[in-house]
Amino acid sequence: MTALPLVFEDTPPPEVAASERVAADRSTRQPVLLFFHSAVTWLVIGSVMGLVASLKFQFPDWLTSQAMWTFGRVRTAHLNAVAYGWASMALVGVAVWMIPRLVRAPLHRPVFAMAAAVGWNLFVLLGIGAVLAGWSDGLEWLEIPYPIDAIVAVSGGLMAFSVLMTVARRRTKHFYVSVWYVLAAMVWFPIIFVTANLPIFGGVAQAAVNWWYGHNALGLWITALSLATAYYLIPKVLARPIRSYSLSLVGFWALAFFYSLNGIHHLIGGPVPTWLITVSITASVMMVIPVAATAVNFHTTMIGRFGNLRHSPTLAFVVAGAMLYTAASVQGSIEALRTVNRITHFTHYTVGHAHLGAYGFATMILFGALYFIVPRLLNREWPLPALIRWHFWLALGGIAIYFAALTIGGWLEGQWMLDPAKSFESVVNVTKAYLLARSVGGTLMLAAHLVFAYHYWLMVRRRGPERAEPAWSEGRAAS
Amino acid sequence: MNRYLVIFAGAVATVTFAFLVLIGLPMRQLADVRAPAALRPYSESEAAGRREYVSLGCYYCHSQQVRTPSFGSDSARGWGRASEPEDYLYDRPHLLGTMRTGPDLMNIGVRQPSRDWHYLHLYQPRAVAAYSVMPSFPFLFTLKDQAEMGDEIVNTPPGLIPEGKVLIATARARALVDYLLAMKRDYPPYAGAGGGQ
Repeated sequence: MTALPLVFEDTPPPEVAASERVAADRSTRQPVLLFFHSAVTWLVIGSVMGLVASLKFQFPDWLTSQAMWTFGRVRTAHLNAVAYGWASMALVGVAVWMIPRLVRAPLHRPVFAMAAAVGWNLFVLLGIGAVLAGWSDGLEWLEIPYPIDAIVAVSGGLMAFSVLMTVARRRTKHFYVSVWYVLAAMVWFPIIFVTANLPIFGGVAQAAVNWWYGHNALGLWITALSLATAYYLIPKVLARPIRSYSLSLVGFWALAFFYSLNGIHHLIGGPVPTWLITVSITASVMMVIPVAATAVNFHTTMIGRFGNLRHSPTLAFVVAGAMLYTAASVQGSIEALRTVNRITHFTHYTVGHAHLGAYGFATMILFGALYFIVPRLLNREWPLPALIRWHFWLALGGIAIYFAALTIGGWLEGQWMLDPAKSFESVVNVTKAYLLARSVGGTLMLAAHLVFAYHYWLMVRRRGPERAEPAWSEGRAAS
Repeated sequence: MNRYLVIFAGAVATVTFAFLVLIGLPMRQLADVRAPAALRPYSESEAAGRREYVSLGCYYCHSQQVRTPSFGSDSARGWGRASEPEDYLYDRPHLLGTMRTGPDLMNIGVRQPSRDWHYLHLYQPRAVAAYSVMPSFPFLFTLKDQAEMGDEIVNTPPGLIPEGKVLIATARARALVDYLLAMKRDYPPYAGAGGGQ
């Protein structure tokens, strides 16, 4: 049972491995590209919605003549587009691409994965349409109405069937840690999604279900799949095994146990039993265990090889994402402490934290993954590598401004709110400059996505120069 | 098959355990919470207003939960006593909220009992609070040359609407304000409740 510290266990001879990878990619090409095309489209739509929502703090009388464009609906359209359209579809695409390579078996029934992609799009499209039209279940992260939820339940089932059956037909003896995360995520998401949508809860119990789901949608779905991706790509690009295979499994089980108990820290100070909140705070603090395990693996694998960042767009994005994962997770554990949460609860600070996780971590890793995978599916190098640099720095600069603005602004907002001598007017006023800075950060992020989407379009449509060498590889020392 | 089952069973077990602890146990603990006599179910119009509140996404910026004095300035701001689980017995969906971009609304009906104030504030928040970043909701109102039978006219300050027009609250606005005015949790909390801080 002792696992070998190899990138891929049971590694076949190189020529066999290469032909198997080609066969694996051939089996996943169609569904994965459909997932990616959709995800990139939702990313652009979701970012526009996000920026519109942010600008409404500077121009509260802008776009108010119709209910559809009111803040409460646009903001929700943004969340659903980026969480379920962009992140989920891109992550599922990466998982569907990764699994056949990792278990050395072609994707089982790719047509199921194709149908899942179509259904998932329908879910996001109808869901956002419903929210904009004012039809919502009224629970954060679960706004999309029940009948539309059924579509994603079926699509998710088809996709999980395709992936789980592929793993069942594996030709490897061991599972690499990425397979652990993908398999678990495919089990977790249907359970939390269906349970949280059951119409049997009300009052404070429903609030508990709401945040058990909301936090797990991030922790057991988006985080699990993003970690699987980083665990695959970092050793792959470096051609070097991860530091410790057993540590990665410690990280996995600790995440499974502690993350799933985190959710109620969203109700700190609220009308729920105190012991319940204490459980979630404790679990949130214990998250330092899986985070440290993962951080050691990611960061020490990189030590001495940072020069590679200049020559691999994938590595640049993924390593930035992995570092921000550590940062967001440590911040999350601290933020759950009562003394800190007393200040940050109910403020924009939380929104900054959420974006550090969902964007700085998950989205950056996804960008890196797409830069790696799409050339292999299309047999073509990225036509304009300079655009990747623009994308990287606009995205990183954008999230830096966004996060700094809401962290400082939210902290002040919380401090002032706690002080009864400060009027509510002054609490609102203190946030205004920071909300403006947030719009600036958001504008940079949208610009990054437009550059990326344009480049992706050139790539897929086979426009622009044909290049023989991978992007950024010029001047690279032989390695 | 061994490893496969371990992951599968482990994933199911962890998430189920979390559900039982975070939702199962509190549901049992709160099962015998009774509605206070002073808390009545929402009327038809209030319920319609609550649906409007959900549909417009008011809960993204307004919480409906008052914290204890040890946990913030809520009571000093006049937002009411600390909320208890029984205050939410008729709330589906729950609207506890996570942000206070605007103030808490658990007791907005106590704090601001004027219909006119609410209409004006929804039509143009900056007409009553110049600093406000709340969106205006003009689509909840109609401008007419002359009020008709049964119309609810909104008293507006000079210059807010065109000369010679009257501002009429639609049925949606009336329901929403009915709901906001019903937001009163000023009765004493039920002492036997298992929860609360």
